[in-house]
Amino acid sequence: MSEEITQALQQTCLYQEHVALGAKMSPFAGFMMPIQYSSITQEHLAVRQKVGMFDVSHMGEIFVEGPQAELFVNWIFTNEIRGFQSGKVLYGMMCYPEGGVVDDLLVYREFEPEHFLLVVNAANIDKDFAWIQEKAKGFNCTVRNESPEWGQIAVQGPEAEKTVMEVLGYQEAAGLGFYEYCNVEYKGKRLILSRTGYTGEDGFELYTTPENTVEIWKRLLDAGVEPCGLGCRDTLRFEAGLPLYGDELSPEISPVMAGLGMFCKYDKDFIGKEALLDQKAGNLSKKLVGIEIEDKAIPRAGYPVELEDGTEVGVVTTGYHSISLDKSICFALVNKECSALDTPLWVRIRKKTFPGKVVKKRFYQTNYKK
Amino acid sequence: MSKILEGLKYSESHEWVKVEGDIAVVGVSDFAQKEMGDITYVDLPEADDEVTAGEEFGALESVKASSDLISPVSGTVVEVNADLEDAPEKVNEDAYGSWIIKVKMSDPSELDALLDAAGYKALIGE
Repeated sequence: MSEEITQALQQTCLYQEHVALGAKMSPFAGFMMPIQYSSITQEHLAVRQKVGMFDVSHMGEIFVEGPQAELFVNWIFTNEIRGFQSGKVLYGMMCYPEGGVVDDLLVYREFEPEHFLLVVNAANIDKDFAWIQEKAKGFNCTVRNESPEWGQIAVQGPEAEKTVMEVLGYQEAAGLGFYEYCNVEYKGKRLILSRTGYTGEDGFELYTTPENTVEIWKRLLDAGVEPCGLGCRDTLRFEAGLPLYGDELSPEISPVMAGLGMFCKYDKDFIGKEALLDQKAGNLSKKLVGIEIEDKAIPRAGYPVELEDGTEVGVVTTGYHSISLDKSICFALVNKECSALDTPLWVRIRKKTFPGKVVKKRFYQTNYKK
Repeated sequence: MSKILEGLKYSESHEWVKVEGDIAVVGVSDFAQKEMGDITYVDLPEADDEVTAGEEFGALESVKASSDLISPVSGTVVEVNADLEDAPEKVNEDAYGSWIIKVKMSDPSELDALLDAAGYKALIGE
């Protein structure tokens, strides 16, 4: 039985702020989100050179707790959470038994034993929650979707630490390494101060109540932090070689195909392990590569990747004229035989093809806090 | 509020045309450049290429998206604005000063199908 539901676009707690700032708004993952406020280039450079902030309140927060929470999370998550300490954050995926990806996510080990926070992509919240609940049957743990109760702001860039300390007064920021977090309070409510991000720069993600989120956003804005939209979020993460679910990871694109095998640990059991081990052993047809082309023309998602004789060997998943590097670059899913570094490949852009070659996917040298 | 120049013709796909005898000078409107955002690349045709009214003759690329350029008239390209190859941002800075191609029209009556400034203003609803 199925019923058709026409879902209205959701708004984050910061929607009115975006409108007040004159942001260009567009639907994304079921939410009406800001694409840009001033220009993608200006916002991109603010994050690379100073500090910018993003409304990422659309992201999902799912809590898993109970005597078997660790056992369970380790079963659905590709990375290894045994021995991973409270206050740490771990990146990885949830996979289908066939190796495709349900979602990529962050796992936070909370300070109470057997408590975990899973931060998932906005577009996948309902799917993930259903998947996690289904897989949790038989485990002694509870699963709660608290996504609507949390707002989230990402403060990113070389001046992020200074901003969080000086504007918001959180001296704890200085003590956090990359992928570490602590709990602080804002107006008596919990605030998760997490040294994480999706830009290739140092930065923090602040999770707290929607009311607090609005107030913090205004304080950061008054302090001169550049508001940044999803447009530059994509150009920044792309340059840093970070995948976007739906483009570089999907039910059809496994972590092994995407070159993210380091986030899969095989000395434990998890859903999808057998399929991923098989792919790792060489049993896969496609791999994700970076391609740099020798022209200013821009490779876009969906454009064909070819050999010199016109044989199609793959497709572009994300591409830009890189703002930081002034080069036309893309991620592409190509036949495994064409995936070695320096392999010459051609990208078809409208009527012409442009020569390029396979390069490392991390186009931009990231600047994370050690 | 987007700038609209009197005396030009406009297409519904946001190109402008300035008529100089049997030559149509073609660019994109101020409204179009604003909608595109930072333009990073202009895909130009070559001189002597044939263009057809209503068909694509090139493209503008912004950071985020690619947008086809649609020819408002039919004819032969007599000149392209090669300055835009190295300085595509000029389209953002001055949409009406940055022509893209000049076309020797094969059927000037096609101009009658284009909008005048008032018609274009109504189209973009500003």
